[in-house]
Amino acid sequence: MFRFPSKGNSDLSLVLCGAAGQGVQTLEEILVDSFRKAGYHVFASREYMSRVRGGSNSTEIRVSSKRVRALVDRMDILLPLNGGIRANIRERVTPETLILGDAAEIKDELADRGGTFLNVPLMEKGREAGGPVYTGIVAAGLLAGLLGVPPEIPEGLLKERFIAKSEQVVKNNLSAFEKGMGLFRELVASKGVSVDIAKENEAVGEMMMNGSDAVSLGALAGGCDFMSSYPMSPATGVLTYLARHARSHAVAVEQAEDEIAAINMALGASYGGARSMVSTSGGGLSLMGEGVSLTGITELPVVLHIGQRPGPATGMATRTEQGDLNLAVYCGHGDVPRAVFAPGSLERAFRLTFDAFNLADEFQVPVFILTDQYFLNSFYNVPEFDTSGLKVQRFLVESGEDYRRYEVTESGVSPRSVPGFGKGIVGTDSHEHDEVGHVQEDFELRRRMVDKRLRKRKGILERVIEPMMTGPKDYRNLVVTWGSLYHIVEEALEKADLEGTAHLHFDQVFPLHPDTRAYLDKAEKVITVEGNATGQFADLVRKETGFLIEERVLWYSGLQVPVETVAAKLLELLR
Amino acid sequence: MDHRIYDLEGIDNQWCPGCGDFQILEALKKALAGLELPPEKVVLFSGIGQAAKTPHFMKGNFFNGLHGRSISNATGMKVANRALTVIAIGGDGDMYGEGGNHFVHTIRRNPDITNIAHNNMVYGLTKGQASPTSSVGFKTPVQVEGVFSEPFNPVAVAVALGASFVARAYSTNIEQTVGIIKEAILHKGYALVDIFQPCVTFNKVNTYAWFKANTFDLPGDHDPSDRMAAMERALEGPPYPLGVLYKVEGRPTFEDSMGCYHEDDTPLYRRVYGPERIKDLLSSFR
Repeated sequence: MFRFPSKGNSDLSLVLCGAAGQGVQTLEEILVDSFRKAGYHVFASREYMSRVRGGSNSTEIRVSSKRVRALVDRMDILLPLNGGIRANIRERVTPETLILGDAAEIKDELADRGGTFLNVPLMEKGREAGGPVYTGIVAAGLLAGLLGVPPEIPEGLLKERFIAKSEQVVKNNLSAFEKGMGLFRELVASKGVSVDIAKENEAVGEMMMNGSDAVSLGALAGGCDFMSSYPMSPATGVLTYLARHARSHAVAVEQAEDEIAAINMALGASYGGARSMVSTSGGGLSLMGEGVSLTGITELPVVLHIGQRPGPATGMATRTEQGDLNLAVYCGHGDVPRAVFAPGSLERAFRLTFDAFNLADEFQVPVFILTDQYFLNSFYNVPEFDTSGLKVQRFLVESGEDYRRYEVTESGVSPRSVPGFGKGIVGTDSHEHDEVGHVQEDFELRRRMVDKRLRKRKGILERVIEPMMTGPKDYRNLVVTWGSLYHIVEEALEKADLEGTAHLHFDQVFPLHPDTRAYLDKAEKVITVEGNATGQFADLVRKETGFLIEERVLWYSGLQVPVETVAAKLLELLR
Repeated sequence: MDHRIYDLEGIDNQWCPGCGDFQILEALKKALAGLELPPEKVVLFSGIGQAAKTPHFMKGNFFNGLHGRSISNATGMKVANRALTVIAIGGDGDMYGEGGNHFVHTIRRNPDITNIAHNNMVYGLTKGQASPTSSVGFKTPVQVEGVFSEPFNPVAVAVALGASFVARAYSTNIEQTVGIIKEAILHKGYALVDIFQPCVTFNKVNTYAWFKANTFDLPGDHDPSDRMAAMERALEGPPYPLGVLYKVEGRPTFEDSMGCYHEDDTPLYRRVYGPERIKDLLSSFR
């Protein structure tokens, strides 16, 4: 008898794994869409190896009657498509785990782990449907059956997905799916395996997307019309999305020869009046450092999306970390005013990427969006973004004959024109320059220009986003997070049920909100939870506010920290 | 149009007296004026080096960026606004050394920009080290035993990469240089104009006399549409042929291929965006 949700939980955590190129991704996409369309709230997170074929990749899918947006360690059901199951999955098998696998393929790989193995001949059924390539779709049928998904939903998705290939491929897929449903009835339901999770239907009309999608949509909403980047995991998704919609949504998209060219093309376009963006990871940002510095002195707006992964150097190319905060805040030689966002949810990623373009143009500065592999590759359902109040602001002026690009102003912001817009000449220079933009070695002018540029920090600070507070207002303990850890810590706090404990999340990590210190001072105990080895955010808070956060929960394995681990650490530190 | 329209008042020119840069500056002004282009419709991009200071010594929009990156900046600009005349100008170290990778890939992209490289075979601004085009054996304070590496041949590389316009000029032949720059600007697509130029301070080998003795005009029967002939000429020397080595018309330009111009010719700075831009995309996630 296996009844889900398991004891103490309200959701089902289902893990799929298999070799790259074996259809785990198709299986995941079909299931996630089917579950959501059937009325469940769904979360899916993918972890994968840096290889095109083979190895073993996995996806965790959580199905719930409530919103679910975080990674857990628990595996209620494991469905491995192939043998060669990696340690990060093996170790999560407990006596409570139900393994649905093909004994012919998995053999006794998991025998010592204590889970219950239910043999389902996925491969045989796949072959019957047309070949081993259909094994994943057999599994989709089995799991759709288990979750009580009306078959017409996945069948519709399969038709849509494969119709371009051929009628035969569609037929084989439908046959494989049906065989999977059959396996569920004959071999799974008959063994007393059942799922009882209410379908609330709230999710049916919602959007299902991941972090890459949310950032891309925010960019398009924000008026992005120029994107130059060099492919680098995990940030390539944004480049790909914009490339796919380049013609339909009028974006110039170019894969540059390297990150140096990427940022320099983006800045050339920005000089010409485009809304420019680059998307890269920490390694690419290292190469762009000189370009970031160039934005500082030329005062050209640009938005940089940084999908973090573990460093230094190549680190772990397809894994996750929050290790590039220091780089985002400090990269580029000299003093460069900037803003750095680190959204904690899809809604915030959309909104802050939109805001980044306006902010960059208003203050003529680089604006960073810091995400990470976990965030970019995690899906969940969200209500459609509210776009009604969004207004793209251009902050451009027509130049007159006496136009001075770097006119010294009270706010530090000089009216920005672009070549061809008016009768004036628009000059810009990487050297220290006069108001027109010509190079000058004048020490008094140097001070005036540095002061002018740094005065923009005041305006940027006036636009700073307030940290998000959840939990009791009269807290004794305060847990501080930024970026992708928001939902994980939210669920961990709910699970740990600690009295007097609140959560303060920063969607903007630089500059810090002026009330930051006051929030921290109010607590008896402050803890940060961060996905890096040193507590980069805690160090930044110390530098900016003088407040030392000593307790730091730090996680840097390359995999995202799950809810249970955070809950246990918080219990240990706060109970 | 009188080329004095391109003069900038009150400038403190930093070049050495007798430098070939003065001749190239004069030729550029004459070419632009000869094409009736007003300074506000011209955008000059440069990086770092003596030649890269050119935009500070004449009228016109300018972006004096980082060392080696000017053609990337220029490419971005050309995409943002196709109506402007875009010129990237700099020295051999800037274009072929620090910017070597961008040189290669910008040629492949074929944006409609004119790339002028002052080629004096030495580093001036950093005081006399070898440049990518210095001859083997050329002695400098760094290459104390003489340059070991083979010189970079920009025109041959450009022809090999299929650049749609490749020319070589010599700064002292001002009228020829003006003509080549004009032709390069009129050419729709990427145009390389490599201009030989003496450095009177740091290059005591490749002097005015040396260039005079080691260059000649391409004969009238050279067919610039013949790529093999162009390559042969590009590999020739010393003495080195001067003139338009290679030219191919009608290749599509990078900027015209961009998604932003698929249905709309407006320069990007004039575009207006609203929430309706993503309406269809939002519903695609449902």
